[in-house]
Amino acid sequence: MRDVAIVGANMLKFGRYPDKDVVTLAAEASIAAMKDAGCTIKDVELVVSGNLYQSNAMIGQRIMKEIGATGVPVINVSNACATGSTAFREAYMSVASGAYDVALAIGSEQMGKMGLLGADGASREYSTEGVMGTGLMPGVFGQAGVEHMRKYGTTQEQFAKVAVKNHKHSVNNPYAQYQIETPLEDVLNARPIAYPNTLYMCCPTGDGAAAAVLMSAEKAKQFTSKPVWVAASVLTSDPYTPRNPTMFDINTLTRNASKEAYEKAGIGPEDLSQVELHDCFATAELLHYENLGLCGEGEAGRMIDEGATYVGGKIPVNASGGLLSKGHPLGATGVANIVEIVWHLRGEAGARQVENSKVGLAHVIGLGSACTINIIKK
Amino acid sequence: MTQEASTPKKSNPIVPFLKLPENYPDQEGYLWGVKCPQCGAKFLGARTACANCGSTGPFEEQKFGGEGEIYVFSVVHQTVPGLEAPYVAAIIDLDDGVTVRANVYGLDATKPGPDWFGKKVKMFTEKVRVDREGNDIVAAKFRVTNGK
Repeated sequence: MRDVAIVGANMLKFGRYPDKDVVTLAAEASIAAMKDAGCTIKDVELVVSGNLYQSNAMIGQRIMKEIGATGVPVINVSNACATGSTAFREAYMSVASGAYDVALAIGSEQMGKMGLLGADGASREYSTEGVMGTGLMPGVFGQAGVEHMRKYGTTQEQFAKVAVKNHKHSVNNPYAQYQIETPLEDVLNARPIAYPNTLYMCCPTGDGAAAAVLMSAEKAKQFTSKPVWVAASVLTSDPYTPRNPTMFDINTLTRNASKEAYEKAGIGPEDLSQVELHDCFATAELLHYENLGLCGEGEAGRMIDEGATYVGGKIPVNASGGLLSKGHPLGATGVANIVEIVWHLRGEAGARQVENSKVGLAHVIGLGSACTINIIKK
Repeated sequence: MTQEASTPKKSNPIVPFLKLPENYPDQEGYLWGVKCPQCGAKFLGARTACANCGSTGPFEEQKFGGEGEIYVFSVVHQTVPGLEAPYVAAIIDLDDGVTVRANVYGLDATKPGPDWFGKKVKMFTEKVRVDREGNDIVAAKFRVTNGK
């Protein structure tokens, strides 16, 4: 496998764009990423488009009609919340394998105010929602957090501190859907959604797009003097564990992915400068501290108590504000996490810049389940 | 009496792994599944192959008893229109070695806490709505017993 560089990366501010369609959002992000790379669509040999709700409607090809229909191969990817990061990995694999020298990975989604994920299915007459437990995301991730409470005595307040941190970080991120600080008291007193998660502990729905241009090392030299490198790009699915899928297991596949990613990158968690991880709900973030090896088993609660994951702390997590504040337009999220890391590595992250960032890890999980980990380095 | 009016109304399980005997509700429903002949993994419902070891069977049918305990839970406050909330949505480990999602009754939904872990529960079935053909839709639910 060859070394692969990220030469261009960009995203739109996540939010709500009722006056634009999703193809336009994706096209704008793609053009911004290509401009950042100093290339045009004529340099691109492969396009991989991640979009959860539009992949069955050929959105990748529709984007090409907007940005330049060059006739190159286009792959439409759908992989739950890991859709964008899976698209990125497909682009990475295609360049690493030697098949292509330049690939464009796009992530996009337009959700509007669609409300609770899975709520459509839950209104069917034979739906089990609310009569045989829950399959809605807030409850599912609530249960995952409660499992951590059971194992280690973690408290609702400790989970709430994740929301306090990420919303505080978001104040410095102009690309975040929300940039509002929420003190601990406000988080705990917010409307309960699904125990232990309150409103401010749940990510919003929204619209957004992000894109990255990947190149072989030789090709990258023609476009930039300071590329950043993909040190590992890993995708896992959830292996058998006895309670899954009755209770989704978000831990095992993340642990498998991080182990493989650290091995491939030849580093350990102690070498990371920062992490962007999948905090779809505040409960999830603490679980992933342990899943990614940022702390020992059962130590995640203490880690947030000590403030170790703030920008300026031992290992900054979600300097962007995370999904909780930045937003989570499903297909866009995985690419946007990588864009954020790239900006920090280049020293372009403005007021939220992690000082002297050298290696960043981007993690995404989509239920069902898929986990991606991309380690990006200078 | 018209022929249409004499068509008997049925009780239909909400999921395939809930079985309702012919003389339901005189005889209670039960959760049904299979056991892998190779590794012993148990599953709710039928299977093509074992998710753990890949064995293609033949699988041993299992009639699971309705007793178990709460593994973990959430209390769902925001849900789809038409559903009563909040509800206690738990993951139940059945004594017979399989896990099921269920609503649990008999707990104060305003006071979730560690004392709910390991609470003994017992299954019951209940009509939850009527389908468009007029059949009863029946779900499996759990109630806290006076154990732990």
